[in-house]
Amino acid sequence: MSANLPEIRARQIPVQKLKPPAAQKSAPSMPPTPEPSPVRRFLLARGNSALADRGFHWLMVLCALSIFGIVALILWQLILRSQLSWHAFGFRFFYQSFTDPDSGRKMYWDPVNSQFSAVPFIYGTLLSSFLALLLAVPLAIGVAVFLTEMCPRALRGSLAFLTELLAAIPSVIYGFWGFFVLVPLLREHVNPLLVQWLGWTGLFNNDNPTGLGFLAAGVILAIMILPIISSLTREVMTAVPHSQREAVLALGATRWEMIRMGVLRNARIGIVGAIILGLGRALGETMAVTMVIGNTPEIHRSLLSNGSSMAAVIATQFTEAVGDMHLSALIELGLALFIVTIIVNAFAQLLVWAVTRGAPVQTH
Amino acid sequence: MGVGIEVTNLNAWYGANHTLQDINLNIPANHATALIGPSGCGKSTFVRCLNRMHETNPIARVTGSVRIGDLDIYAEAKPVEIRRRVGMVFQRPNPFPTMSIYDNVAAGLKLNGYKNRRSLDEIVENSLKNSALWDEVKDDLKKKSGASLSGGQQQRLCIARALAVDPEVLLMDEPASALDPVSTSKIEDLIFQLKAQYTIVIVTHNMQQAARVAEKTGFFLNGRMVEFDSTHKIFTNPSDKRTEDYITGRFG
Repeated sequence: MSANLPEIRARQIPVQKLKPPAAQKSAPSMPPTPEPSPVRRFLLARGNSALADRGFHWLMVLCALSIFGIVALILWQLILRSQLSWHAFGFRFFYQSFTDPDSGRKMYWDPVNSQFSAVPFIYGTLLSSFLALLLAVPLAIGVAVFLTEMCPRALRGSLAFLTELLAAIPSVIYGFWGFFVLVPLLREHVNPLLVQWLGWTGLFNNDNPTGLGFLAAGVILAIMILPIISSLTREVMTAVPHSQREAVLALGATRWEMIRMGVLRNARIGIVGAIILGLGRALGETMAVTMVIGNTPEIHRSLLSNGSSMAAVIATQFTEAVGDMHLSALIELGLALFIVTIIVNAFAQLLVWAVTRGAPVQTH
Repeated sequence: MGVGIEVTNLNAWYGANHTLQDINLNIPANHATALIGPSGCGKSTFVRCLNRMHETNPIARVTGSVRIGDLDIYAEAKPVEIRRRVGMVFQRPNPFPTMSIYDNVAAGLKLNGYKNRRSLDEIVENSLKNSALWDEVKDDLKKKSGASLSGGQQQRLCIARALAVDPEVLLMDEPASALDPVSTSKIEDLIFQLKAQYTIVIVTHNMQQAARVAEKTGFFLNGRMVEFDSTHKIFTNPSDKRTEDYITGRFG
């Protein structure tokens, strides 16, 4: 404090010189201006900080633009480095298959002969994500309904916190848990039952003794996307005005009917957004999936079979790619994944905003 | 047809707040009864006790008895059953924004599993006619959302929605306070017509409104009912000094 005082005094002088003539011109009949208070003098000497303000403005613009810059740079690098594969296969990369010259079997991914196709990975990504949604969506909506509509107020905060804590667990930990707990559980107890009861659908074949595979990946993903879907669903449900609930109750609705007609119906677009956002996370999830999906570039109808996903194959093969074409093909997979997840996420955010920002969305 | 309401020793609390104290009154069938009083006097809480909406708030509590027709609604019935017999219109219009006009009106019946389509069409039409909205919306019943209407129309839609389940009593909690004067007068005309078929209890801040639509008026103050009498008597010759002070604008 004491160090600042002399500085204030030093700045008084020019102010005092300027002040009297200005006051005389604008108001000649006014009584003589009293000596300005120390605070006023200090503030008058401050200047308008225009330069600093403009500097701050541009600094923040730069920060904001850097986000776009990073995205653009990633996209540019992915495109650049996947050129080799793109020129070799073109769009066929996304639907072709080959015949293995030695065994005569259908193949999709053959680093040794430099033949690559994205099909089994796209299949694995879509299948595991779809399974995840199938398992997670009902559970997540149930959690959200319980938390917003039924949970005693005292419990609400801690339960919500716990669900959201699930999102903070590193995915490699999920992978560990999946590998050491979930996979044995599926192998010993769940898969045999599925084969026995639902084997006739062709979706559950007893041809994989490991317990790894699409189903394990789907279950792990379901647990991982549960907190995203439930917390966003909770948010959009909370955004539904209380008057909507009262309107339904006043018509003689039970609690479930009130939730269905007064809450879920009004929040449905936001809930769809939350689900798609969960899908976006599931599509790109790498580590946990890699650890439980089995990592074979094959397509099987059975959910109990080994498979692979786009993210998983990149993670497992990137460091040991056996040539430029192999690397380029992996990067092209990455590019496809990047574009798909960006689109899915953007769409989902839009839907969630539509509900939580303004009034309930009109569909008519 | 409407039925009378008999309230005996009604007490209500929000948490520790004793919002209604020893309310006793008889609301006549097929008449409009207005409840007036300053903000926070308990009149809204009172109507919410008549269809057990009060207890949807977890900290709320009620004692005493309310008879609607022959039914003691606290001792002999579940809230869901009572709310099917007692319609309610809220202060702010609250149509269902994701439903068409038609579905808004049919909501109460569909909720309770009413399936007959042809008679549903008829009920929707009659309810909208009774709420004086039919002519304005008949061409886009299923095309437009309930939220696309103006505020006054929305409130009449909410009245139609309440009427569609053919209630015996219609509770209106300041139904016109969010509306412009033209919409307000439409709602008042409506109340005047509806009381032939329904028992109407209307909470209002607007004393002229009470005088225009209601035969009976109750004056609430600080959680107690100070005076309940014919509207004419309340506004011309009230028995209680506090009622007189309120209606002459000395407080409130």
